Amino acid sequence: MITKRIIPCLDVKDGRVVKGVNFEGLRDMADPVEMARFYNAAGADELVFYDITASVEGRGLFTDILRRVAGEIFIPLTVGGGINTLEDFDRVLKCGADKVSVNSGAIRCPDLISAAAQRYGNQCVVLSADVKRVDGQFRVFAKGGREDTGLDALDWLEAGVRRGAGELVVNSIDTDGVKNGFDLEMLDAVAARCPVPIIASGGAGRQEDFAELFLHHPGVDAGLAASIFHSKQVEIRPLKEYLRALGVEMRL
Amino acid sequence: MIAIVDYGVGNLFSLASSVRSLGAEVRVTRSAEDLRAADHILLPGVGAFADAMDKLRATGLVPVLREQAAVTPLLGICLGMQLLFDRSSEYGDHAGLGLIPGRVCPLADDLADPALKVPHIGWNALHIAPGRADDPLFRYVKDGEYVYYVHSYYAKHCAESTLATSDYSIPVTGAVRRGLVYGTQFHPEKSGDTGLRLLRAFAEL
Repeated sequence: MITKRIIPCLDVKDGRVVKGVNFEGLRDMADPVEMARFYNAAGADELVFYDITASVEGRGLFTDILRRVAGEIFIPLTVGGGINTLEDFDRVLKCGADKVSVNSGAIRCPDLISAAAQRYGNQCVVLSADVKRVDGQFRVFAKGGREDTGLDALDWLEAGVRRGAGELVVNSIDTDGVKNGFDLEMLDAVAARCPVPIIASGGAGRQEDFAELFLHHPGVDAGLAASIFHSKQVEIRPLKEYLRALGVEMRL
Repeated sequence: MIAIVDYGVGNLFSLASSVRSLGAEVRVTRSAEDLRAADHILLPGVGAFADAMDKLRATGLVPVLREQAAVTPLLGICLGMQLLFDRSSEYGDHAGLGLIPGRVCPLADDLADPALKVPHIGWNALHIAPGRADDPLFRYVKDGEYVYYVHSYYAKHCAESTLATSDYSIPVTGAVRRGLVYGTQFHPEKSGDTGLRLLRAFAEL
């Protein structure tokens, strides 16, 4: 049967990985290509790269990195950050991305989802949303979680799937950085409404958080995290061995 | 030389890079001479069946592929594998290349577990069909290794040519062969080390 997926996320700024980087034994501790190699060897099922660069030069560095990663690492690569137009899709797909993640760009222009799905196929379009509870409602936030859009997250994600998003990344602002477990209530609510693969993000701190996610929340397909993997607080191969021993289908 | 057929569907960067990483000479091409000169041919593909078949026809390469299929090892990948079959039911009823008997049908209609999601996206274990473990395609790949799938349609009525399946509440056709014509529904160029070993075995045919 199909496995659950473990996905490390690399935030890249001006050609360097940022966010809790504490790699030992690598020549360059924040080199995204080196980190991608490391994660590939460690058994990551997929890699996500977010370009958090603002400058044009930084953007050029990012696509160069992407090309180098895609040229030697043969697992699925998802790319996000600054995706606002079909030209942005084109730019990263040509560098070897398999899937493109849209967030704020889709909030500004929801038709971007349908246009991209029509041109590249649903499997290529990942809708990512930063979600936070406001007045008892799951609310979509934009601009890296700083701005309340007023959109109901469940309505937004469900509509995104109808527009053609083939996968969802659900990042809980409430649990992000707290390392006390994924936002299971939010993930279950999304899974009940959206019949596409769901990638959980935000809150993982320990192996047990992944076990809880996969053993008791069957609607969730993958767990994504950044700093806990970068800092080796949780290591991918031991994590996958642990999960498989508990009966979770894992690629090892 | 390994020729990758470029007919304007999908991104060939990863496929070309993965084959190149094996040390093989790669040519991404839409030239009939290149296909005739190739030692191996890869037929990639993503998107919708009818659109891809139209684009392939527009290159004029269909007769060349049919001729070469008898003499040169050919591997169709994902939609490229689906194009090898007689027909597809994706948005209508469309003729394929007819190199392997069978029909491409919607996965959603046949799943035994309706809770499973379509597209079938992710890593799934490859189960080699009885009596097929000696196929040269599996020279470096063992039963049970994981490969990466992304698809909503699958090949049916092709038991005679099925080399391997993956379990998605039903056996999903994963790899096929008829003569020198091979196909994988999964993406070897995205299946990590397992995929590279499978491509190596194909390149050695």
